[in-house]
Amino acid sequence: MEKMPRWADVVLVPVVSLLLAALISVIVFWAVGQNPWEAIKLMAFGAVGTSDFLGYTLFYATNFIFTGLAVAVAFHASLFNIGGEGQVLLGGLGAAIVCLFVPWPHWTLALIGGGLAAAVFGALWVVIPAYLQARRGSHIVITTIMFNFMASGLLVYMLSDALRPAGQMQTATAVFPEATHLPSLNDIAQLFGADTFGRSPVNISIFLALLACVGVWLLIWHTKLGYQIRAFGQSESAAKYAGISAVNITMIALLISGALAGMMAVNNTMGINNPQLIDNAAGGAGFIGIAVALMGRNHPVGIIIAALLFGALYQGGAELSAATSVPVQIVVVIQALVIMFTGALDEMVRAPIAKLFLRRNARAEA
Amino acid sequence: MDFFTIVQLGDASIRMAIPLLLACLAGLFSERAGIFDIGLEGKMLAAAFLSAAVSFASGSVWVGLFAGIGISIALSVVHGLASITFRGNQLISGVAINFFAAGLTVVIAQGWFAQGGRTPSLSGAARFDGIDFPGALTRVRDKMQASPGMQFYSEFVSGHSILVYIGLLCVPLTWWVLYRTRFGLRLRAVGEAPEAVDTAGISVVRLRYTAVIICGVLCGIAGAYLSTAVQAGFTKDMTANRGFIALAALIFAKWRPWYALGACLLFGLFFAIDNRFQNIQLQVIWIMVLLIGVSVAMTSYALKREWIDKVVLGGLSAVLTLLALLTWNAVAGDTVDDQVIGFGAALFETVKVPSQLIQSLPYLFVVIVLAGFVGKAIPPRAGGQPYVKER
Repeated sequence: MEKMPRWADVVLVPVVSLLLAALISVIVFWAVGQNPWEAIKLMAFGAVGTSDFLGYTLFYATNFIFTGLAVAVAFHASLFNIGGEGQVLLGGLGAAIVCLFVPWPHWTLALIGGGLAAAVFGALWVVIPAYLQARRGSHIVITTIMFNFMASGLLVYMLSDALRPAGQMQTATAVFPEATHLPSLNDIAQLFGADTFGRSPVNISIFLALLACVGVWLLIWHTKLGYQIRAFGQSESAAKYAGISAVNITMIALLISGALAGMMAVNNTMGINNPQLIDNAAGGAGFIGIAVALMGRNHPVGIIIAALLFGALYQGGAELSAATSVPVQIVVVIQALVIMFTGALDEMVRAPIAKLFLRRNARAEA
Repeated sequence: MDFFTIVQLGDASIRMAIPLLLACLAGLFSERAGIFDIGLEGKMLAAAFLSAAVSFASGSVWVGLFAGIGISIALSVVHGLASITFRGNQLISGVAINFFAAGLTVVIAQGWFAQGGRTPSLSGAARFDGIDFPGALTRVRDKMQASPGMQFYSEFVSGHSILVYIGLLCVPLTWWVLYRTRFGLRLRAVGEAPEAVDTAGISVVRLRYTAVIICGVLCGIAGAYLSTAVQAGFTKDMTANRGFIALAALIFAKWRPWYALGACLLFGLFFAIDNRFQNIQLQVIWIMVLLIGVSVAMTSYALKREWIDKVVLGGLSAVLTLLALLTWNAVAGDTVDDQVIGFGAALFETVKVPSQLIQSLPYLFVVIVLAGFVGKAIPPRAGGQPYVKER
């Protein structure tokens, strides 16, 4: 069968999926008695309406780039890391410990140290699920879900007991020392005399996220390891015949995935206005990463676009729920629809489009 | 612990086990037919919401139950559409259904009832009440003074809602359907070798859809049980991960109905203990023995195996041992009545186990079960793979 053109695969199919998801979202708005058009306008304004809102959108997009990359790297090895949420939480723990107990002289060093700690903690949290998948064949999906629950239990314990300063009411760590606070984009803009992004927490780690995209792109498509990961993901048996160790690739792919998820914590601990690790810091970003990776077709460029879209959705949804009676969970619904249409029902969208092109090609030849 | 406490614990275990059991049997039908279903959780949640909402609106819990089953079947059909008709990724479809239910139940509940994502409280005919068997005692004080046999009868056997008895009856029923009917034979075959079933002229698609719909019915009952029998109304995320624990129980039970009952009762007992004993105190020496014992066992297992086992299990052992030593050290440094506790005395001091750790124990147990150290579990051979008809 003649394949459809590349642009249709990369652009048309996701856009149609997105439209289907939007259509059902409209029905949901209508079912809860909300004017869909008004809701969409409110969300759009909440996402990009002011410089402040745009800053928040970019802040959330930074989170989702990290978690999206994390899911994508595992997907390339045909592994489904649904534990991003827990890995982000542990990454936050790592960053918090390093920021609180090491006297950093300057934020650049703190960024390196905090980033490494976050990555290591995130990766460590996936070691056991990865090991059990590689050596015992335990289902990575269920084990990582279980590790999400355990991570949130561990974090509640750490934040309400071990790391909470005496006398503080909030379940959170102390505020990190000033030297570890990453400059926000507003700080940088002010160096050049501009004043953009207002009080929003979007910060320097957005560049770290873009750097991670380049890193993943190099890793997956331009290194031997990346080739092995993709080969393993395409066909486990073929990869084994080619001398690729299934155990090693499973472990390495998942460790990289966990490290990427963990690194998100740099953004939501050291980057926020009051740098500290708060309760429920991940806020569902680990799960949104699944939708981002699926929509972005596991490619860094696609992931950046999808992350921006979900950042806008997340921020717009928050503004929508502040202005109307629609709760923020509407974002979860839309996220689910995107996962459904771009992930599981892909063939439903793809097949008619492919048929359309096939017919057109046949007509052109005749 | 007196006999009545044990009976109460057993009673609570059954209460906790029933939704797990129904979800587990639901998963059993689906997975035996070769369709992985991560979305049990979402289906239960959707059913819990809609059955509570409809019970409230109609005043009849039975109408609510059927509404719950209806929505659960609808989601099952979506899963079927994705995984059977369009041959999509079954895990992704299940995950999507979970998120969809988690988000939509709150959005709709808020839109309809405006009570912060919950339904109004149910009462009277809008709820499943416990059925008291003839002669059973109902008041706690009477039960406590009764004979052990009477306590067992009144607390453990009698007094559950009808859905509990239905759930328990589903176990022999599932066994009978699976192993004693033609449909059951075909169902099991389609999960092991769909091509053989197809060759015999039986529709793979139809069988799998049937299995997925049965799965929907059972999840629907499980969800309705949570919101109309255990609780009086729906609350946000009320399924509390039971769908995932049911999947683990299913693996533990190796996809067999009677074992599923056992596994779910075990998990039910876990939850019952969890609820009853929030405050567990342990002597330091027992913590040390437990953690270091596990470390030694893991290390000795790893030593005979490959480097990866040595690294991972060795590292884990080191962490656990460190944790034990840190606990000991922390207690030894404490002062009681201006006296520093020495290392020797510290061994016999008691410390409170963090409640978060106790709440995490069922999940930890799931991981241990999945690790397969309780026997190798072999899933249905064609599980998770869409069937492509030969041409």
